[in-house]
Amino acid sequence: MEIIESGIGEMIQPPDIEGFREWNRTQKTRKLVDKRMSEQEAISKFVYDGCYIGTELYGTVRCPMSVSRELVRQGKKDLRVCGQGVLELDLWMAAGLVKKLDITYIGLEVYGTSNALRRAVESGQIEKCVEWSNASISWRMKATAMGVPFLPARSMLGTDMIKYSSAKVIEDPFTGLKVCLLPALILDVAIIHVHRADRYGNAQIEGITGFGAEMARACKRLIISTEEIVDTDEIRKYPDRTIIPYFLVDAVVHAPFGSHPGEMAYVYGRDEPVIREWVEASKTPEGAKAYLDKYVYGVGNHQEYMKLIGNERLSQLAEEREKRV
Amino acid sequence: MTDQTYSKTELMICVAARLFEDGTTAFIGTGIPMLAAMLATKTSAPNLVPVFEFGGLGAILEDLPRAVGEARTFHKGILAAGICELMETAQRGFIDYGFLGGAQIDPYGNLNTVTIGDHDHPKARLPGSGGGNDVGSQCWRTVAIMQHDKRRFVPKVDFLTTPGYLSGPSAREDAGLPIGTRPINVVSTLALMDYDDGLGGTYRIRLAATHPGVTVQEVIDNTGFELIIPEQVRVNDPPSEEELRLLREEIDPERFYI
Repeated sequence: MEIIESGIGEMIQPPDIEGFREWNRTQKTRKLVDKRMSEQEAISKFVYDGCYIGTELYGTVRCPMSVSRELVRQGKKDLRVCGQGVLELDLWMAAGLVKKLDITYIGLEVYGTSNALRRAVESGQIEKCVEWSNASISWRMKATAMGVPFLPARSMLGTDMIKYSSAKVIEDPFTGLKVCLLPALILDVAIIHVHRADRYGNAQIEGITGFGAEMARACKRLIISTEEIVDTDEIRKYPDRTIIPYFLVDAVVHAPFGSHPGEMAYVYGRDEPVIREWVEASKTPEGAKAYLDKYVYGVGNHQEYMKLIGNERLSQLAEEREKRV
Repeated sequence: MTDQTYSKTELMICVAARLFEDGTTAFIGTGIPMLAAMLATKTSAPNLVPVFEFGGLGAILEDLPRAVGEARTFHKGILAAGICELMETAQRGFIDYGFLGGAQIDPYGNLNTVTIGDHDHPKARLPGSGGGNDVGSQCWRTVAIMQHDKRRFVPKVDFLTTPGYLSGPSAREDAGLPIGTRPINVVSTLALMDYDDGLGGTYRIRLAATHPGVTVQEVIDNTGFELIIPEQVRVNDPPSEEELRLLREEIDPERFYI
């Protein structure tokens, strides 16, 4: 089949879908095993220098911040990152841990562009940025979730996005339409924060699901952090709410307020002052370092982090949660 | 009586808000488009169905979202799903409008949100496409909302992130983008623009209406490419007292944008 156009962007991780099947056959147990562990254990066990890693959802929304901060404390480096992110990836970049990016969007939304991203890319510390749109990166994960090597899509066509991605354009043999082929994206490690999970990793999310369902099915190792650990009976009572079944999961980390300073729908709201603190601090390398010293290196674990924020503040954020009406 | 002390940003938001069509679906990008959508739902488009790419559809916009994934994007909504679901909804033709921002725009309405300068050695690294490329590819009609100056209105974008008319007539179809999808308007801090996209047209940006107090020459002087000037250029209505009150008291009381 004729390839009309080929992106020149690096294929940061080859779409080895047969290898992925074999991995799922041999490396992922179907037995009900208690997978509860701390952030420290989860990071040291499953994250390694140079791995291809992604987080879900998004810096200030249901984001695995407690696990992301632990990754910084352990200094896992040369990371190849699938990047849709705000605060979590900002922290990794500010700490100098990111080497390559499959990037869709890294920014501070209401607060503008990410200075951590700018410094890391403009200085050459991040060696490669391969460009994707939000839909295309999600569909790349969906391809893996479906167990197929690529998916066709009608995004990215005609633009520089194709050129600086690793996608290809072909003519569809059925209709003659030009379509963009998105290679399956297989993460070495994914980190997802959820509302509740049982000890085995059966996980449920409230509110929007982002690309949680797809990412959970597009990774070799999956670390779940959860606001609440519930009995499996609770999961079985509402099986229709399970987004991630246990056999996808490798670690279950109990992390109440695990998304702080971001929000968790129906549980707590955003901590605007702490987010603003990062926005201001990250304007300079020194400021970013001071923030990391205070909120990441200066605390030993998530429990100490929560003490630093304080119970009073956390209860207030819980009060400011989105409420079901 | 109209309050004459409104800012250019407030006026831009009001002009953009008036473009929303009641009873349609619209993808809302982060930032100014959110304010315009909120204003529209409180004025001329109460039955607008706002769509936020991370999964929220049909929210009641009571409080300005700070992020496209936060709970305000599905507050009292009718669907809280995921990115794939909503992007696929657009890809199968259900999303009528897309409202977007950008750092640069060219004469064909193509937007850049990736890099200023060379991609591999950029002068400035911008956030990236996010959902921008998808919205510009998949929605039936796309509206860009931009600050108006020569650094932003450029002859050629440094990086073509989001497709407008690409290189002119039939370029979108030739590239494989869904037939019938197109950019329709650009709203800036100086003017409302549309496209010379009639039969035999150039498909370039055309001035439609200046903002009150802005001359045509001023718009030309702040545009880095040759802007098509029709014989008739209208003048946009200034913000009404009610529009300003809604913006200042209900939509952005914390002054994130205005």
